[in-house]
Amino acid sequence: MVKLKINQKEYSVDASPDMPLLWAIRDVVGLTGTKFGCGMAQCGACTVHLDGEAVRSCVTLVSRAVGKEIVTIEGLSADPDNYLQKAWIELDVPQCGYCQSGQIMSAAVLLRENPNPTDEDIDSAMSGNICRCGTYPRIRKAIHLAAKMQREGGKDK
Amino acid sequence: MSTTLNASRRNFLKTGALLGSGLLISFTVPGAKKLGGAGAAVLGPQSGAAFAPNAYLNITADNEVLVYLAHAEMGQGIWTTLSMMIAEELDVDVNKMVVQHGDAWKPYNHTMFGIQITGGSSTTWSEFDRYRKAGATARALLVQAAAQKFGVNPADCKTENGVVTAGDKSATYGELATAAAALPAPGDVPLKDPKSWKYIGKGVKRLDTPAKINGTAKFGMDMQFPGMLTAVVLHAPVFGAKVKTVDSAKAKAVAGVRQVVQIPSGVAVLADNYWAAKKGRAALKVDWDLGSGVKVDSGTMLAEYKQLAQKPGATANKAGDVDSAMSKAVKTVEAEYTFPYLAHSPMEPLNVTIQLKDGKCEIWTGTQMPGLDQGAAAQVLGLKPEQIRVNTVFLGGGFGRRATPSSDFVKEAAEIVKASGKPLVKMVWSREDDVKGGYYRPAFLHKITAGLNAQGLPIAWKHTIVGQSIMEGTLFAGMIKDGIDGSSVEGVSDSPYMEAIPDRLVTLHSPKNEVPVLWWRSVGHTHTAMAMEAMIDELAHTAGKDPLAYRQELLKHSPRHLAALNLAAEKAGWGKPLPAGRFRGIAVHESFLSYVAHVAEISLNEDGTIKVHRVVSAIDCGLAVNPDGVKAQIESGINFGVSAALLGEITLEKGHVKQGNFNDYVVARMFDTPADIEVHIVDSTGKMGGVGEPGVPPVAPAIANAYFAATGKRLRQMPFNKANLPA
Ligand code: FES
Ligand code: FES
Repeated sequence: MVKLKINQKEYSVDASPDMPLLWAIRDVVGLTGTKFGCGMAQCGACTVHLDGEAVRSCVTLVSRAVGKEIVTIEGLSADPDNYLQKAWIELDVPQCGYCQSGQIMSAAVLLRENPNPTDEDIDSAMSGNICRCGTYPRIRKAIHLAAKMQREGGKDK
Repeated sequence: MSTTLNASRRNFLKTGALLGSGLLISFTVPGAKKLGGAGAAVLGPQSGAAFAPNAYLNITADNEVLVYLAHAEMGQGIWTTLSMMIAEELDVDVNKMVVQHGDAWKPYNHTMFGIQITGGSSTTWSEFDRYRKAGATARALLVQAAAQKFGVNPADCKTENGVVTAGDKSATYGELATAAAALPAPGDVPLKDPKSWKYIGKGVKRLDTPAKINGTAKFGMDMQFPGMLTAVVLHAPVFGAKVKTVDSAKAKAVAGVRQVVQIPSGVAVLADNYWAAKKGRAALKVDWDLGSGVKVDSGTMLAEYKQLAQKPGATANKAGDVDSAMSKAVKTVEAEYTFPYLAHSPMEPLNVTIQLKDGKCEIWTGTQMPGLDQGAAAQVLGLKPEQIRVNTVFLGGGFGRRATPSSDFVKEAAEIVKASGKPLVKMVWSREDDVKGGYYRPAFLHKITAGLNAQGLPIAWKHTIVGQSIMEGTLFAGMIKDGIDGSSVEGVSDSPYMEAIPDRLVTLHSPKNEVPVLWWRSVGHTHTAMAMEAMIDELAHTAGKDPLAYRQELLKHSPRHLAALNLAAEKAGWGKPLPAGRFRGIAVHESFLSYVAHVAEISLNEDGTIKVHRVVSAIDCGLAVNPDGVKAQIESGINFGVSAALLGEITLEKGHVKQGNFNDYVVARMFDTPADIEVHIVDSTGKMGGVGEPGVPPVAPAIANAYFAATGKRLRQMPFNKANLPA
C-alpha cells in the first residue's frame, strides 16, 4: 500500500512500487480522465502535474509520486476559473478528444510559466503531446486565447 | 455475407470504401445516464421514455429530448451534426439534448450501405433526410397532441424551444409526451424550408466538448466494473504465426496475474490491472511456428511490385488503343510512385470490455461497425446476436481501424472470455500491439506513362497499379469484380482527367501476402490522389504551363473540381510573389463526393527536409450542415495527410514489423504541422458529400509539387523523409 495525494484527496493505493503512476491513477484509484496512449513518454496523453510540474505518468513510478501533490484533469477541472477549458470550448478544439486531457495539462504548465507565449513557445511546450486528429491549429489558438483571458482576467481581479 | 450490403459497386466506388474513413470516435456524455433504463441489455434503446416516435429520438415526461445516433462519434463531429438535424425539425434547443450512441440495432443500419457502419465520410449526407424526418415526425405528433389538449386546430399551434403554444395556451413537449405517444404515426411529414433553418448551415458548437476537456467523456478504455480483469495479449511476432509451446510459469508468478490462456491470435494474460497483465506478458515464454509470413520484406516486396508493374494487370479503365496513341505522342513522361504500409494508430489503443451475465452478454467498445462486432462475438461465444448488447462508447480516433470486416479486436476479446471462462474482462492493446498489429493501408506502387500532343495536353495514359486488395478474403470480397477491387483504383479510373484522354489503359495487380490490410482514412485516395496530381504537375511542367492553368484547362468540364481549385488558388494568392525561400504547390481531388483543393507553402530545412508552413484549402461538399465542423475536419485531414506525407512508414523485415511505438512510427506533432491552415467552403448547391476523409488525399501531392517548385526535383516515394528525398 502506498499513500497518494491526488487532487487534494488522500488515497491508499494497492500498487507495486514499480507500477507507473498512470495505472495507479486509472486502474487502482479509478480516475480515468488521464489517458493511456503509448506507455513510453511519447504522446503526452497521460500528462499529470506532480508538485506543479507536468510529467508523463506512464513512465513515472508510483514511488516517485509519494508525498507529492498529484493533479489530474479532474482536479484541474475543479477550478471554475480555468481559462484553458473556456478557450477550448470557445474554439471547438477537441475532435475524438482522447488526447485533450493531456494537452490541457501540458498547456496549463506552459501558461503558468509563460503567460504570454509565442507560437514557437507553444510549439515547443506542446511538442510532447500528440493529437492524431490533428487539432494542433486550434490548440495553438486556444492557448493564445486562454493566455489573453488570463491576462485580462488577472487585471480585473 | 456480402449480400448484406445494398450498396451498388458504383456507389461504392463513388463513395470510397464504406467504412474507411474519417475520424470516427465515440464517447459517452455525462447526461447519457437515461439510456434505456437500468442495464436493459438486449432491449432497444427505447425503454423508459414517455414518447418514442422512432429509433432516433425519445422525449421523457420531464421534458428531456434524447437523441440516439446511428453512427459513432470518432471526432468527426456527428454527435453534434445529427443532433442538429433533429433539433432543427423538432424545434428544441440543440444544446439541451441528451445524446447517446444507438445500440447495434437494425434501425441504425446505414441508409445506403445496409449495415450499421460509420465510415466512407457518409454520416451527414446519408442521415440528412432520416434524422430531419425523425424530428419532423415527432414534432407533428406533439402538435397534434397539443391541439387536442387545447381544443384548437393543429395549424394554429406553434412550436419553439420544446414548447407548443396556441394563443395563450402552452405545453412543454414533456407534458405532451404521453399523449403524443398514443397517437398513430402520421404519414409523410413535410420538412422545413431551408430558409427558416436555425441550425443547419449555420452551425453550433460541438456538444461533446465539455465532457472531452474535463475527463468525464468515457472511451472504451475507461470502462471499469467491480471484479473486472484486464487482459493483454502476446501477439504473433510475424503475421500468421502460430503458438507452438507456452511456458507461463513466470507470468503466473507476477503479482496480480490471475490467468494465462491460449487463444487463436496468441496468448492472453489476465490480471487485476493493465500493469500486472503487461508484466505478465513480458514474462511469458512462447515458441512460435512463424509460418510463411517471414517471407514478407518491404525491400523485396517493392522490387516485386516494380516487376509486376512491367505488365498490365486486370483492366480497370480502358478506351481506345493506348500503345498506338503513345507512339504518336510528341512527348512522353514516365513516373513511378511508391507508398509504404501505414498504421492508423488512433490515439486510443484498441480495447474491448465484455461481460457475460445470466446468459446475456454486454460489450463496450469504440467501434465503427457494432452490428458486425455483435455477430462476430456471438459466433465465438456461442450466443445469438440478439443476446449481445453492443454499447458503443466514444472512439479515441478510428480512421478506419475500428471497422474491420473480421471484427478482429472484438473477436479477440471474446476468445479471451471464452478461453478463460472469466465473465468480465477488458482487453487492452498496447501501442506496440497497435503499430505492429497490421490492418495497414497497403503498400502501393503506381507506374504511369503519359503521352502529350503538340499543345502539351495528354492524349495517351497508361497506368498500372500494384497493391494488396483490402476486400480480398473479407466479407466484402463480393465487391471485387473482374479482378478489380474498386478501392484500389478509386481516384484513378474515375478521375476527371481520364475522361478527357481518348486512349487510356488503367490496370491493377493485387498481389497477396500475409500482412492484413484495411481502409485507412480516405482509402484508395491516399495513394491515387498523389499519383494523379503529382503526374499532372509533371505534365504541366513538361508542357511549359503553369500548374494551375494546366489543371483549369484539363478540368474545364468538371465544375466542382474547378470551383475548389479556383477558390483555393485565389485565397492562397497563387501567382503572387512569396517570401524568399517559400514555394507553393497545388493539388485538387474528389473523394467521398466532395472536392478539395489545397495549396501548400513549404520551405526547406537546413538538412533538406520539408517544412510545411501554410495550407490554404477549399472544399465543395455541397451544403455544409455545420460549417465550422467542416473546417475542423479539413484541418484534421490536412494534418493527417502531412503526417503521412512527411513521416508515416511501416516496414517489415523477414516478416517482422520494424516499428513499435511513436518513437519509430513517427506521426506529426504540433511543430511538424503547418502553422497556418485556412479552409474555405465553396458556396455550393451541389450534391452533399463527406468531410471526414476528403481533406487527406490532396495533401501529399500539394507538398510534392511545392518541392518541385523549390528544387526542380520530383518526389515519387512516400514518405518524403530524409531517406527518400532525391539526392
Ligand atoms: S501514455 Fe504516457 S506519454 Fe503516452
Ligand atoms: S482530439 Fe483525437 S487525438 Fe487529439
